[in-house]
Amino acid sequence: MTAIPMADGLILGGILFALGLAGLLLRRNLLLILVSIEIMLNGAGVAFVAAGSRWGQPDGQVMFLFILAAAAAEVSVGLALLLTYYHRRQTLDADSVNEMRG
Amino acid sequence: MMNLAEIAFFAAGAVAVIATILAITRTIAVHALLYLIVSLLAVAVALYTMGAPLVAALEVIIYAGAIVVLFVFAVMMLNLGAQDREMERQWLAGRAWIGPVILSALLLVEVIYLIVRTPVSATMSSIAAPKQIGLALYGPYLLGVELASMLLLGAIVGARHLGQASRREARQ
Repeated sequence: MTAIPMADGLILGGILFALGLAGLLLRRNLLLILVSIEIMLNGAGVAFVAAGSRWGQPDGQVMFLFILAAAAAEVSVGLALLLTYYHRRQTLDADSVNEMRG
Repeated sequence: MMNLAEIAFFAAGAVAVIATILAITRTIAVHALLYLIVSLLAVAVALYTMGAPLVAALEVIIYAGAIVVLFVFAVMMLNLGAQDREMERQWLAGRAWIGPVILSALLLVEVIYLIVRTPVSATMSSIAAPKQIGLALYGPYLLGVELASMLLLGAIVGARHLGQASRREARQ
């Protein structure tokens, strides 16, 4: 059924990663920075699955599951930090975080 | 002549890329999250055509279902208004986006060049069954599964602690 070249899967992963990187550098909203990190992790996962299904081994998909777990953990702690910070300062500007003490 | 799976892969990939571009350029956070959901669903289709049905289902259930819902809850608790939207528009206006876009485009061109130049014409023709993945997870990757469970436990405890700290502060 599937005869997609592996290079196409890797390129899709690379494009998603680059878009996430651009978003990470471009946005000053902390929420959108977290979203961009999610996009980058997703791109890395696509590359893992592409490489794994090239050799028909389950390892690529296993790595995707680990990336999923890491993303879930990162988002839960990141959003908790973001909400704490927003309650304190009433802003999501990433540039104002440098004034945080203690 | 492209076959059906290839057409589905390219269509899903195009949708994913366009939705991701829209997601990282929206000024309203909820719109960005909705485009992120579209992007994740398109990536799930691409993963399915690449021969990874279990991972495609998990992409929908966990990424689009759980993680983005967490983001939506956070946006609901933030009470962002028209003022924040205006500030966001100011941040995105001007020339601030040129540098990041050029840098990541350069990196992307390098990656694509390296992938295309490699003279391997391999296709993703094999499907790893969910049973194989389960056997791998509880066989050679057992330590990794345990570490992931501990990571998630740590994340739960950390998120709870941070939530409690902000509530304590609000009460004072």
